Order: sequence, then structure tokens, then C-alpha cells
Amino acid sequence: MSVTLYVPCDSSAISLGADRIATTILNEAKKRNITIKLIRNGSRGLFWLEPLVEVDTPEGRKAYGPVQLSDISSLFDANFIQGGEHPLFLGLIEELDYLKKQQRLTFARIGKTDPISLDDYLNHEGFKGLKNALNQSQADIVKTVTDSGLRGRGGAAFPTGIKWNTVLNTPSEQKYIICNADEGDSGTFSDRMVMEGDPFVLIEGMTIAGIAVGATQGYIYLRVEYPHAHKALDTAIEKAYQAGYLGNNILGSGKTFHLEVRLGAGAYICGEETSLMESLEGKRGLVRFKPPLPAISGLFGKPTVVNNVISLASVPVILDKGGDFYRDFGMGRSRGTLPLQLAGNIKHTGLVEVAFGVTLRELLYDFGGGSASGRPIKAVQVGGPLGAYLPESQFDTPLDYEAFAANWTVLGHGGVVAFDDTANMAELARYNMEFCAIESCGKCTPCRIGSTRGYEVIDTIMAGQDLEKNIPLLRDLCNTLLNGSLCALGGMTPYPVLSALNHFPKDFGIDDNADAA
Amino acid sequence: MTESSLIQTTVQNIATALKNKPGALLPILHAVQDTLGYIPEESVPTIAKTLNLSRAEVHGVISFYHYFRDSKPGKQIIHLCRAESCQAMGGKHLEAHVKNRLGIDFHETTSDGQYSLEPVYCLGNCACSPAIQIGTDVYGRVSADSFDAIINEKKELA
Repeated sequence: MSVTLYVPCDSSAISLGADRIATTILNEAKKRNITIKLIRNGSRGLFWLEPLVEVDTPEGRKAYGPVQLSDISSLFDANFIQGGEHPLFLGLIEELDYLKKQQRLTFARIGKTDPISLDDYLNHEGFKGLKNALNQSQADIVKTVTDSGLRGRGGAAFPTGIKWNTVLNTPSEQKYIICNADEGDSGTFSDRMVMEGDPFVLIEGMTIAGIAVGATQGYIYLRVEYPHAHKALDTAIEKAYQAGYLGNNILGSGKTFHLEVRLGAGAYICGEETSLMESLEGKRGLVRFKPPLPAISGLFGKPTVVNNVISLASVPVILDKGGDFYRDFGMGRSRGTLPLQLAGNIKHTGLVEVAFGVTLRELLYDFGGGSASGRPIKAVQVGGPLGAYLPESQFDTPLDYEAFAANWTVLGHGGVVAFDDTANMAELARYNMEFCAIESCGKCTPCRIGSTRGYEVIDTIMAGQDLEKNIPLLRDLCNTLLNGSLCALGGMTPYPVLSALNHFPKDFGIDDNADAA
Repeated sequence: MTESSLIQTTVQNIATALKNKPGALLPILHAVQDTLGYIPEESVPTIAKTLNLSRAEVHGVISFYHYFRDSKPGKQIIHLCRAESCQAMGGKHLEAHVKNRLGIDFHETTSDGQYSLEPVYCLGNCACSPAIQIGTDVYGRVSADSFDAIINEKKELA
């Protein structure tokens, strides 16, 4: 009897040796005359256990991890292909607390299926949302998305349905759907996991968006740093075309939608939607003035929906199960679920998709298990390189767009990067200014020049020079960036810088109370 | 064929094949860099003429994007992540070690032409920090020792 084994093809799993594990398992099985079927699944997102090997048993899928090359022989000796006991044995994968406590809607399939198998996708509720959408009017599709309460998961949290409605109601011969897959925020990887682990869900979400607003061409603007995602998307797009889920007559409906992946070229600013469109048009990624909104005059001057990967990948489940189903998760005006990414100095790093409302502390300790180093967690940066650092006193903030905004912090794309008490917050603030200088598109002065002046003044502060003059100077500069920048890069770099200064003044060489400025 | 005319032919073929794509410049630049390893200065007039752009516009785009390079890199490019998550897990120590081991700074190539070192701001491997990428291969939880082991293994394979 043949046994089915799973070894993830996710690039993080591969970065820990999953490819070699897969090859070695196949060789060892051959040597022992055992017939196995090895599937490269997406990752479950329990990265401290990667490479994680699963085996199909009558009771369900059982897991072993983290598996090293040297473990494989002993795994076979322990008859792991039938779920045998072994020091790396973790039990039934679905029963692990880390997974059981999550509400996986967008990530429902990831880790279970072979990402580029269309059959697997169809056997796990795939394309049900699209089929529903094809039987609805455009306005009804948009209404369902509006009713779901879905807000842009890229970071800005703008209601997706309202954006779609604007594009739907702007007459034009040509409209576009752009998927912003330029996941440049450090500490985030949920887009990558979706594209590598379930590319069909993104294709389905974009196709629904195209049908809803009347757009016939879609582009996935993918960062060049994600070669595995590129391959998975290209394969899945080709299969979708062959099976009639993309093209001129989608599932015989007469509706048209075409999709193409375009690569970025290592510019963080191209994650900003107007800069992204300039880049897609073949230009330098300079930020555009708004208005006009992209929904009215976007790519090549045409009405354009620009949505993040997670926003678009959440659309199929909403169209399948209804706006109400999705809206019933969450709190306040933050509806549905948010895939959070636990990174940095955390013991149990990984992907945690939960309904809004969980506190940061629960995330860091109940899911994350505290710091990887075992030292106290000093600060947590939430929301990427433009997100504020939260000190321990803010760990009870619930994950909710408004609750975070009230603290002068941001949820952004859901990246959570923890630092232990060895971190120097002045050094990090300096890095944030330097990053802004490196990645500024150069169009507006506060960002282009202010960022360089920013790390220079932090250098003088770190050297202990003229603090009573330089601290107010840094604050004044941040104020200029906040209020005078064209986009969020310059406009939000002060979030990490000022939060570091406000919560950790000692790292800047000043007493807690001395800095009243 | 001389190297220069080989470059011209390659670039012209790529540009002609892709010129009708909407927003064709980035796909063309990617294809040129994928084929030649970099975007030689002499390819700029060819691309500009094919797309009916000025040379300044093409040069401007090449110089805007960190990923595009106008000089020949080492046989393999090492991208080392400098971002926050990697910093939280000892990325700065790793950076110092890598520079020391290779004897080069960022944007430089080893004297034997084997490696170029570039900074990168997130590889999306933040759950396995610190991370580096060599060619298209990503490595996670990299320590000074494991970096040396990777480099030594590559040397043996070479």
C-alpha cells in the first residue's frame, strides 16, 4: 500500500532544507523498497517546526518536525510512514494548539494541498466563490464585498467594497485590476505564503474583482525577491487558462479576464500604489499626486482597482460563504480575520490568522511563546518598517485598526517583529531613517532630504552631542516629514523613530523625564 | 562575433520581442539582466530606440531600481537582509562576519570574481531570521558557522 507524505515547498521551509529533506526521504524509501507518494504542500506556517514532514494515516495527518537530514534514517526505523513514535513526533497536525486556536479563512487550504494542483484546489472549496459571482450582477458582487467589511490588508485599511464601487461606476472602455504583491514591509510574509501555498485563490479573487468592476486585464506586481512565488503563480495561471478559469470566456459565461505577473526590481516605494502603477507603465517609481484616485484614473490613466494579495485572496471565501459570514468575525470596524506574521526574536515564529480583537500580548506569548533568546521582550514593531515600536505597556492593545490608531501605532500588513532587551532603540531609529533615505523616490523634499538629515542627527545624538539642541531638532524634523511628505514612506517613518524616542529615551542618552520637548 | 556586437544582438532581440507589451521597459530590462547578468551601458541606446524613448529615460529607470545593475556581478550574488527582523536575531553580527569572510563591503565583488555582496531589505523569510539569498536560493537562521559551511560546500561543488 502506498503512503502519502508531505514536505512543504514554501521558500521558508526550503531555506531550512526542505528540498534536501524531500530528496533524502525519496532515496531512503527506495533503498528500503517502500512505495511512497511525496507531495510538496504549502507551509502550515509553524516555522519553528520546519522542515515539517506530515504523513497520511487513517486518523488524520500526523506531523514530525523540525526534521534534519540526520533524522531521516531513524524516522524510517520508527516506521513514521505509519505514524510511529519518534522524538520528533508532534501528533495530529490539526490538533496542535497553534493551529487549533486560529480562525483560518484566507489561509484555509494552505498547508493542506499541493499549491499548483487545480484538482486539490477544486476539492477544497476552490472556485466556488467565482461560480457564485458569475451568477450575480456586478453591483451585487460589490455589495457582498462591501457588506463583509473587508478593508485593505496591505496596510491602509481602506474599505475594499467602496474602492470597487468607484471603479464599477466610472465608465471606461478599459479598466484594470492590480494585485499589489510587492510585499516590501520587513517582518511580513503572508502574501508570499499565499502566492506560494495557494496561488489559485489569488487568481480566483482577482477574477471576481475583474468581473465585479468590469475590468478585463489584471496584473500581479510581484517583488523580484520572491522567485518561488513567481514560479507558482506562473504555473497556476497557465493551468487556470487551460481549464477555462481565465481567458475570453470564463467557464462559458462570456466574461473575459486576463492575468499576467510583472516583476518589480527591488524598490520598496513601488509598494505604494501610485508608484507601483508608474513602475508598471515602465517608468521610475515616482509617487503620483492624489487626486485623481487610481479608482478613477489609475494605470495608463484608466480606472484601476489596486488591492493587496491578502485582500484579494479573502474575496473567494466572502463570495462563497457570504458577506455576513466574514463580517461575523472581528471587532468594531475591523471585520473578518487578519493573517499576522510573528517574526524576529520570537520562539514560535509563524503565521497566525485570527479574528480581529486578540491582544498583542496573547499573540506574543500564547502563540509566540515569548522571545527566542529567553530574554524579556523589550519592544515590538507592528506594521512593517513604517510602524511604531510598542513597549510592554502597550502589549494589551487589541488587534484592531482603530485601537492601534488611538495609540499612535499601526497594524499595517500585520507584521509583528519582536526585539529582546539587547536591542538598542536609537540604533533602530537610525536604521529607520536610513531605510527611508535609501528607498525614498525623491519626489518630495521632506522625505528625500529629511531622511538623510534624520540619521545624521541621530548619529550626533548617539554620540552624546548637544542633546538639548538635537533632540528637539529630531522632533521638529519628524514633524516636517509627518506633515509635509507626499506618501506614507516619508509620512510614517516618524512612527518608528518617535515611538523609539518616546518609549525608550534612555537608549538616546536621556533620562525618562528630561525630555519634555 | 565580438562581445560588444553579441550584446547588441541579444539586447535588440529581447527589445524587439517585448516592445509591444504595455509598459514594456521593465520586462525588457529584466530579460536583459537575466540573460547577461547585468544591463550594459551600451544597451541603453538600443532599448531607447526600440521603445521610442530618450536614452535619459531608460538610464533613469535603470538607475532608479536597486535590483538593476550596470556592471558585471560576481558569479553569484549574495543578498544579505538588513531589515528589522534579521537585526533582532543577530543580523548585524552576521553582516560583519560575511563582509570579513569575503573581504568585501556591500556593492563590491570578491577579487576572484566569485561573489558580489548586496544588501536587501527583507526576503520575506522573517520567521527564520537572519536570512540571506545566494543566487535564487534562500537560507534561513543563518549563523556565522552555517554561512561558512554554505560557502565551503559551494567551493567543493565548484
